[in-house]
Amino acid sequence: MPSPVIEAVDLVKTYATTNAVDGISFEVAPGESFGLLGPNGAGKSTTMRMVGAVSTRTSGRLTILGMDPNEHGPEIRSQLGVVPQQDNLDTELRVRENLLVYGRYFGIPRAVVAKRADELLEFAQLADRAKAKVDDLSGGMKRRLTIARALVNEPRILLLDEPTTGLDPQARHILWDRLFRLKEQGTTLLLTTHYMDEAEQLCDRLVVVDKGAIMAEGSPASLIKEYSTREVVELRFGSEKNQEAAATLQGVGERIEVLPDRVLIYAHDGEAALNEAIHRKLEPVTSLVRRSSLEDVFLRLTGRSLIE
Amino acid sequence: MTAVASRTRPARSEVHYDRSRRWGAWYVAEHELRRVPGYKWSMLATAIGSPLLYLLAFGVGLATLIKSGGSAGIDGVSYAQFVIPAFLCAGAVGTATEEFTFGVLLGFKWNETYLGMNAGPITPRQVAGGHILFTVIRMTITSGIFLAIAMAFGAIRFPQGLLVLPIAVLGGLAFGIPLAAYSTTIREDRGQFAVIGRTIVLPMTLFSGTVFPITQLPIWLQWIGWISPLWHSTQLARIASYGHVEPGWLTLVHVAVLVALIVIAALIQVHLTVKRLNR
Repeated sequence: MPSPVIEAVDLVKTYATTNAVDGISFEVAPGESFGLLGPNGAGKSTTMRMVGAVSTRTSGRLTILGMDPNEHGPEIRSQLGVVPQQDNLDTELRVRENLLVYGRYFGIPRAVVAKRADELLEFAQLADRAKAKVDDLSGGMKRRLTIARALVNEPRILLLDEPTTGLDPQARHILWDRLFRLKEQGTTLLLTTHYMDEAEQLCDRLVVVDKGAIMAEGSPASLIKEYSTREVVELRFGSEKNQEAAATLQGVGERIEVLPDRVLIYAHDGEAALNEAIHRKLEPVTSLVRRSSLEDVFLRLTGRSLIE
Repeated sequence: MTAVASRTRPARSEVHYDRSRRWGAWYVAEHELRRVPGYKWSMLATAIGSPLLYLLAFGVGLATLIKSGGSAGIDGVSYAQFVIPAFLCAGAVGTATEEFTFGVLLGFKWNETYLGMNAGPITPRQVAGGHILFTVIRMTITSGIFLAIAMAFGAIRFPQGLLVLPIAVLGGLAFGIPLAAYSTTIREDRGQFAVIGRTIVLPMTLFSGTVFPITQLPIWLQWIGWISPLWHSTQLARIASYGHVEPGWLTLVHVAVLVALIVIAALIQVHLTVKRLNR
C-alpha cells in the first residue's frame, strides 16, 4: 500500500479554553477521496486549516505529503489546492485575472499560467465568463471559479471545506460532477460537509465528527450497514402525538427513534414495518419508506440530526 | 479536457516552489498592481490635479496675500516653493494612509485576499512585505507625477530636487507602516479609519510645518512636529527642493526617526500578520 499523503494522529486544536479539535486521527491514501462529515461546529474546518498548513496544531502529530506543517508550511501549501468555506476571490479583478494572479503565487511562469487558466475556465464551465466581474457571477459560478483557482498549481491534494453549502440543487449537481471528474483523474480529495448526500456521492471513506472527536470511520455503505438498518420508515403524527404513537409502535422494526417532528422506525423491510404500524390502528398524517442514509448513522451515533 | 491534476506526474508545484519562496512578496505586489487599471483614472486625476491646485492656490492666491503683508516670502524663498515640497510629502502620507488602512483590511477581511495568498505558498511575511512594496510603487508613481509638475513650474529645483521623491516615500512609509500594524489588529470596522483621519492625519498635517514653520508654534505645540513623520520628511524635502538650511545633527535626526519608525513598525507588522493569518 502506498504511504498516506495525510497522516493525523491525536490532532488537537485548543482556542482559549475549548478544544475545537479534540484528538482526531485519520489517514488519507493517495488518490483517495476522504470526507469529514459532521454538524456545524464539529471541528471540521479547524481540522482542514491544520491540514492546509495555515493553523498551528496545539498537540498531536500531523504529516502532509511526508512533511510536518510546523516546519514546511509554505512547501506543503505549494502542493495543495484549497477551496475554503468562504470564497476569497479578489472581487476587484475579473474572472480570468483571478486565476492568473493566483498561479503566480506558486512561481509558475506567466505563459504557463495563462495557458492553464484557459484550460481551467473550460473545466469550470466559465470560459464565456473569462472577462466578467467576480461579483456578477452566481454563487455556483463563484464556487467553480474558486475550485478552478485551487487547481492552478496541479495540486497533489485538493482540500474542500463545505464545497456546496449555500448552493441551489442544480448548482450542487454541476459542482459534484466536476469534483467527480477530478476524483476519476486520481486527485486526492479531502472534503468536509454536513450534507450526507454529498458525502455519499463523493467520499470513498469518511469519518463522522462530532464535538471535535471522531465517532465512526468507514465507507458510506459500511457505516450504514454497521450503524443502521437497510430501510427506514418515517411517520408523522403531529408534534403532540409522536411520543404517544411511539409507545404503541414498541416492537415494530429493530429500533425506534422519536424526533420532535416525526417517528423513525429502523427496519430491514420498511413496507412490512409500515403495514404493522397501520395494523396497530395508527393513522400517521404522512408516511415514507426510504433507504438508510448517513443521516441515520449520525443520529444513531450522536442522538442528534446533522442539520438542526 | 486535459488532466488538470494528476497523482502519477511529479507535481510541477515542487519545481516552482523555490521561485515562490524567493519572489513571493513581488507576486503579492504584482497582484495588487493588476488591480490598478480599475482605479487608474482617480489615481491619476489626484496625482496631476493636486499639485496644480496647490500651485494655483499658494503660488498665485495666498502668496499675494503673504507678500502684501510685507514679507518677502518664507525661509528665504517664495511661499509656493516653501509649501510645495510639504504638500508633496503630505500627498505620499495620504496614499500610504489609504493603502495601510483600507488596503490592509481589504486583504484580511473585506476581500480576504490575504487568506487566499496564505493558503498557497505565500508566507505572512511575504504578504506584509508585498503590500509595502506595492505601496512604495504607488507612492513613487503619484509623487513622481507631482514632482515632475512642480519642477516644470520651477517650484522645486532640478536636479537636487529629485531627492524629494525618495524622501516623500520614506515619510509615507514611516507614517503608514505603524498604521498598517494597527489596521492588522482591527477585527470589526467601527469607523476607526475615519477617527484616525480626523484625530491624527489632519492635526499632523496642520502642525508639521506644512504651511508654516513649526517654530511659529508655541513651544508646547511643537512636540507634534517632532513626533510627526511628516515634519521630518518635509524638512528633508525642503533641503533637497530649495536648499533649506539647518544644523547637520538635525538632518541626521530626521533620517534616523524615519528609518527607525519604518524598521520597528515593519517588524511589528510582520509579527501581527503572522499571528492573524495563523488561525
